[in-house]
Amino acid sequence: MSRIPSLALEHDVQIDQLRKVFKVGFWGRRVTAVDGVSFEVQRGEVFGFLGPNGAGKTTTIKMLMGLIYPSGGTATLFGRQIGDPVAKAKVGFLPESPYFYDYLTGREFLRFYGHLFGFFGTALDKRIDELLELVGMTPARDLQLRKFSKGMLQRVGIAQALINDPELVILDEPMSGLDPIGRKEVRDLILRLKETGKTVMFSSHILHDAELLCDRVAMIMKGKLVACGHVSELIAGDTTHEVEMVIDRLLPEALERIRPLTNKVVLQGERVMVVLSSQQSVDQAIDVVRSAKAKLVALTPHKASLEDLFIRKATGAQQSVEARV
Amino acid sequence: MKVFSIAFNTFRENLRDKLLYNLLIFALLMIGSSLILMRLTLGEFHRLILDIGLGSINFFGVLIAIFVGIGLVSKEIEKKTIYTIMSKPVARYQFLLGKYLGLSLTLLINTAIMAVGLLVVLYFQDVPVHAVLFKALGMIVLEFMVITAVALLFSTFSSATLSAIFTLAIYVIGHLTTDLRAFGQKMEGVGRAVLEGMYYILPNLDRFNLKGNVTHQLDVPAGDLLMIAAYGMAYAAFLLMLASVIFQQRDFR
Repeated sequence: MSRIPSLALEHDVQIDQLRKVFKVGFWGRRVTAVDGVSFEVQRGEVFGFLGPNGAGKTTTIKMLMGLIYPSGGTATLFGRQIGDPVAKAKVGFLPESPYFYDYLTGREFLRFYGHLFGFFGTALDKRIDELLELVGMTPARDLQLRKFSKGMLQRVGIAQALINDPELVILDEPMSGLDPIGRKEVRDLILRLKETGKTVMFSSHILHDAELLCDRVAMIMKGKLVACGHVSELIAGDTTHEVEMVIDRLLPEALERIRPLTNKVVLQGERVMVVLSSQQSVDQAIDVVRSAKAKLVALTPHKASLEDLFIRKATGAQQSVEARV
Repeated sequence: MKVFSIAFNTFRENLRDKLLYNLLIFALLMIGSSLILMRLTLGEFHRLILDIGLGSINFFGVLIAIFVGIGLVSKEIEKKTIYTIMSKPVARYQFLLGKYLGLSLTLLINTAIMAVGLLVVLYFQDVPVHAVLFKALGMIVLEFMVITAVALLFSTFSSATLSAIFTLAIYVIGHLTTDLRAFGQKMEGVGRAVLEGMYYILPNLDRFNLKGNVTHQLDVPAGDLLMIAAYGMAYAAFLLMLASVIFQQRDFR
């Protein structure tokens, strides 16, 4: 994907033709993890970075954070080259399934990270109390991290990402491994960050969350960018408009008349579910149901979602998508 | 400041590590056991206490330097704690230096505690304490700092297990470098060049060993002490620079 370079200052993150080739194994076999990815994250937006496991999301994010060196291409944060301490000072980062110093208590942990930004004294203590309150961890502030549950670690991890009051927050899989309540809390937190004018970029393979939160998304598969843009535009470009019809007491001979209209039939005892992909076939199927005196139970239009787009792109890329998506 | 924050955090990590206390208790038991051994020996009581005492301090300190030292960096990468540190405005060399100073502080305090244990034993046995004992203790700490730098260097590019093996090997060979050279001088051609080369490249750890001076109450001139100290610090500094160069290139996967 090539694009016209725009004014760098309007974008908090700008990635251009970023590549990463890893050498694996004894013989140094080359594996391309990220293959010429370009996109940018605009100031103040919530940006979703989506893709199946192993697509190259974490590798891209690690390159942005200076943990891995790119093999090619460029990336900037606030118009500065990645790794620049000035840019790093304005970024908050939560790694994937984070591991922290488990011998520290919640408060000591945050204090240590504050020191790394050069914050000390009462101002830091005040900030720590605010953050613990924000992520709902005040009761556990003097507990060692080894005694924390996964959800608690994720929350304190988000708190450490916010310790420097960053302008840009990058979260790698912030919702993974959390229960539904935990996920909702993270979602609410991301929206709250957006309200306070922060830019949020997060990676996820949970598309529902992305659809609820993101202004724009980028989709990556096998190291290549397959889609990028506003969620509504991406979905509008998707042409699948299917209708699901559920029928009771449908006689076999009537079912045979419906069968040519559909590409999917599911039988559940007395109940039949068919999927129809055009308005015409829906009308014809309803006529058959009426004439056969069967009972129409439900008629549900399938709303086009990111998930459809995702699965279509995934099949396009001949990549297996895990069932949990 | 960032270096000291990391150093202090490393120190705190060490303090909350059970391995440290186990080794410390063993060391103190060893020092104490010289009292029992003394009853089984004829004459030379003073020397025996000093020898066992300094030997224990040295041995257990080296164990801590190696087995905590190899984990300083590799454990951070393995446990992925390094991701959050390196994404903050912290340079990689600052991280390494902080880790190094943290363990050095631990070793210093550890040696001080063991030395107090030894002094208590010496006091109750009416063994005269000379200044050379403290000089020897200082050199022991310096040796720890060189070994920690070796362990840190290996842990920037190899796994914890390999680093432990390498560092132990360097420790053992480091005490035999004089023999290496003597052996080399009996050889010809390539063998000689290799052994001579090893003599100059590997740390000459025996230089830090002043136990003989302590047991025989032979003082060490300040000039010699200064030379040994300068050698140790220069060697450690060189290893740390090398470690920084390697660490700077690394991808944290």
